Amino acid sequence: MEHVVIVGNGIAGVTAARHIRKNSDKKITIISAESEHFFSRTALMYVYMGHMRWQDLKPYEDKFWDKNRIDLVQAYVEKIDSQDQILHMADGQTLNYDTLILATGSVPAKYGWEGQDLEGVQGLVSKQDLELLEKNAPNNEVCPKAVIVGGGLIGVELAEMLYTRKIDVTILVREKGFWSGILPDAEAQLISEHIQSHGIDLRHEEELDKIIADGNGKVKAIITKKGEEIPCNLVGITTGVKPKIDFLEGSGIETDKGILVNKLLETNIQNVYAIGDCAQQREAIDLRKPVEAVWYTGRMMGETVAQTICGTPFEYNPGNWFNSAKFFDIEYQTYGWVFSSRNKKDYEQHFHWKHPDNTKCITIAFHKKSLQFLGINTFGIRMRHEVLDRWLNERKSIDYVLQHLSQANFDPEFYKKYESYIQATYKASKQTA
Amino acid sequence: MSSIQRDLSLTGQPPASLNSIQKVGTVIGLGGLIILLLALFNINLPNKALWLTLSLAAIFGGILLFSYGAYADKHAGIKNDGVWFKSISSRGFLAWVAGLALTGFYIVLYFKADLLGLNAKGENTGLIAIFDPLSKILSGNPASQWFVYGTLYTIAILGFGIKFLWKYRHNRYERLRTISVMFFQTAFAFLIPEFMARLNADDFSLPYYDIKNVWPLNYYNFEQYRVDDFISAGDIGLALLIFGIASIFVITPILTYKYGKRWYCSWVCGCGGLAETAGDSFRHLSDKSEFAWKVERWVVHSVLVFVIVMTTAVISTYLGYDPDKYWLTKDIFLIGVGFFLTLLFAVIWIFKKEELKQDARYGAIGYLVIVLALIGIHYASGSTLFLIPAETLRTTYGFLIGSIFSGVIGTGFYPIFGNRVWCRFGCPMAAILGLQQRLFSKFRITTNGGQCISCGNCSSYCEMGIDVRAYAQKGENIVRASCVGCGICSAVCPRGVLKLENAATDNRINSREILLGNDLDLMDYLNQS
Repeated sequence: MEHVVIVGNGIAGVTAARHIRKNSDKKITIISAESEHFFSRTALMYVYMGHMRWQDLKPYEDKFWDKNRIDLVQAYVEKIDSQDQILHMADGQTLNYDTLILATGSVPAKYGWEGQDLEGVQGLVSKQDLELLEKNAPNNEVCPKAVIVGGGLIGVELAEMLYTRKIDVTILVREKGFWSGILPDAEAQLISEHIQSHGIDLRHEEELDKIIADGNGKVKAIITKKGEEIPCNLVGITTGVKPKIDFLEGSGIETDKGILVNKLLETNIQNVYAIGDCAQQREAIDLRKPVEAVWYTGRMMGETVAQTICGTPFEYNPGNWFNSAKFFDIEYQTYGWVFSSRNKKDYEQHFHWKHPDNTKCITIAFHKKSLQFLGINTFGIRMRHEVLDRWLNERKSIDYVLQHLSQANFDPEFYKKYESYIQATYKASKQTA
Repeated sequence: MSSIQRDLSLTGQPPASLNSIQKVGTVIGLGGLIILLLALFNINLPNKALWLTLSLAAIFGGILLFSYGAYADKHAGIKNDGVWFKSISSRGFLAWVAGLALTGFYIVLYFKADLLGLNAKGENTGLIAIFDPLSKILSGNPASQWFVYGTLYTIAILGFGIKFLWKYRHNRYERLRTISVMFFQTAFAFLIPEFMARLNADDFSLPYYDIKNVWPLNYYNFEQYRVDDFISAGDIGLALLIFGIASIFVITPILTYKYGKRWYCSWVCGCGGLAETAGDSFRHLSDKSEFAWKVERWVVHSVLVFVIVMTTAVISTYLGYDPDKYWLTKDIFLIGVGFFLTLLFAVIWIFKKEELKQDARYGAIGYLVIVLALIGIHYASGSTLFLIPAETLRTTYGFLIGSIFSGVIGTGFYPIFGNRVWCRFGCPMAAILGLQQRLFSKFRITTNGGQCISCGNCSSYCEMGIDVRAYAQKGENIVRASCVGCGICSAVCPRGVLKLENAATDNRINSREILLGNDLDLMDYLNQS
């Protein structure tokens, strides 16, 4: 019987396993060093905040794996012998495979700062990171002060986590607004203000220079590029993630930033595939980045590679881009492409509406000439995925989208509706234009 | 995670600790309870009206102050920080103390009301006596243990209702729903029945009737003494009796078809009202396992069969031994029940058989056969209907289900098993509404395409123990008999994935191979094959 071995039990690997099981009788083994069972990485923060317990992060009951004949091995894959198709584990075990799926995910990206390996410096990606955080910052007596470096989604999550334990937080952000490499400026500013309204010391245009140790190898302070020293007990590194590929050295599997794959998600070695955060597309797919460290794309690659492995080859060809996040109390959703002010395409124009209370706004991107609807960002208003996906596929115009915006609303019943205000703002903007 | 420390004290570390406003609120609220305790132990409190006012005001005010301390300086939004760290909400020491105190109270209330000061002869003493002044204002009569209970119950729903309104002030669905349960409790459950009692005279007597309390939740509604009262109270009584029958056979099915069972369970019902307000802090304690779901299905439907059998037996008995008094004869009634149940079964079997799981089919057939066989044996052998005397059935049901299940376990164990144990495992009304909701309703919780990140907030905070995530991560709508439509799963979802909706019944249950957002050709291929 063909043995499919999956390295990594995150959303990509587990989705692949589930779909291979649905479509075949192959022997399936999932290897993970991180945790015995699959858990929702995106929910790690809720354990620290006391919203959920560790066991609540597991999307499937523990009996699920046995029932579906998916073997789980807890071990660290140290070396891959792709010639003889053998995996070597750190504990000396070996495992033979016929088909190998690499779904090893990401690790925090650090940029060679002085002191980046001190005790009290950490990222927030893995279960072990969460355990470390409980040790480094259990409360505001052990850890009165934290500095977070980098303003992305993990950065804001970490800030919210520490905030719940009343730990004083400073965030250093390179740009003028939070996450402004991704968000249009008006939105980045709204999020910056929302973060600051929680008493978080959010500093724009500030970067980390180095981290200083106390006498015992622990963090004592950081120094910014502007030369300011900020005393702290914890440094959260949230300047992005990079594919976990260091163990592939010498395996013959071709890598760049990530593991290079073609559209079938195949690596350069036969019967070896890579999916999820660790994969890097050789060929760009529409406007997507070659490495996408997002829950949804991990899942979609898992869904796709399973078909290929089960005899119906499908190229990875995801539909319209979408994503979501939450910044403290403000929910964010995006469908299609809305680029940041800096990365805006030549043909891309934005219509922006903001509620006076500063907790809700939307941005609609459209084509300057054809007025085709390109994408939408919403903050504080939930949208219906299915409707927006359809409008993007049907290449509706921005006028059509605004006229029918209420069809795309997904807020709970009885919520106040803002379509009429948004439409009025759009009309006014057209008249002045 | 092993490093979580459960905090036993009120101080401790954030986010488990109480701030100073909350501490003052707690002290004031406990002060109000201590006054009641003093009364319970027959400490003589002159000027009962004053002490009662003081006590209730302190309890109510304490809850409000506590809520103010908890939420006033926070942004509008989800407030679950530290839920699993706090002793009271994580089955810690305080939870067990509260659980034991509540269960103890229920046991005394149901079975030892004399300890509360209810005296068979003579005036009330102790705890009940202190409530006399209020009872006399409302109904003109001295208090009973049920009046004491009703008053405290209403205070709890109002006080914790305001706390809930504060906590969910960003969510209009939650606000309206909570105002609704607060209104129905105060007006329908508490005040109107007391005022109705005022209308009673020697020649006119209405039974104590909370008209939103529908049979079979109100399992005694069609007992002889009540039916006699209704009939003898002329047009009003008859109207109430007809309303009681129409409630379950006409009004309930229509509303449940249009809105799901939530119109009752989380907008109107008193048990639901307490669960959603005073019980809100315990909603995450419900068991989410598949095993618990299985137990739930068997137990709650067994209770439903029990209440149908018991009510049938009780009604047929008094129809039988007083045949001249009622136009409905025992035979017609029993044949009618048998016919109705068979018809109901046939309709479900013909239209919805595919939607029933294997064990639901066995259960439905099994229970129908048993009920019909018992009626058949009664006619064939002349034995007592259902082999057990109706009175025994009635008292057993009242003891096991009406008292132990709904009160002692259902509410007493809020801090241990969660706030909807009764509604989920025991309530026959919820079982009926659940069948309707599952099979014949426009209600569902819609999953938003591919946006789910499997975080599990929805499942964690589902008080009915539904593993909402299991559906959401498959892109499948949630259509479950037990869902009371409280809307909290949608509220706590960080990615805007869930929405409670009433919409067309086509495609209400939609299972997909893969989720929206992936390759269109792949989705077509998988959905076809």
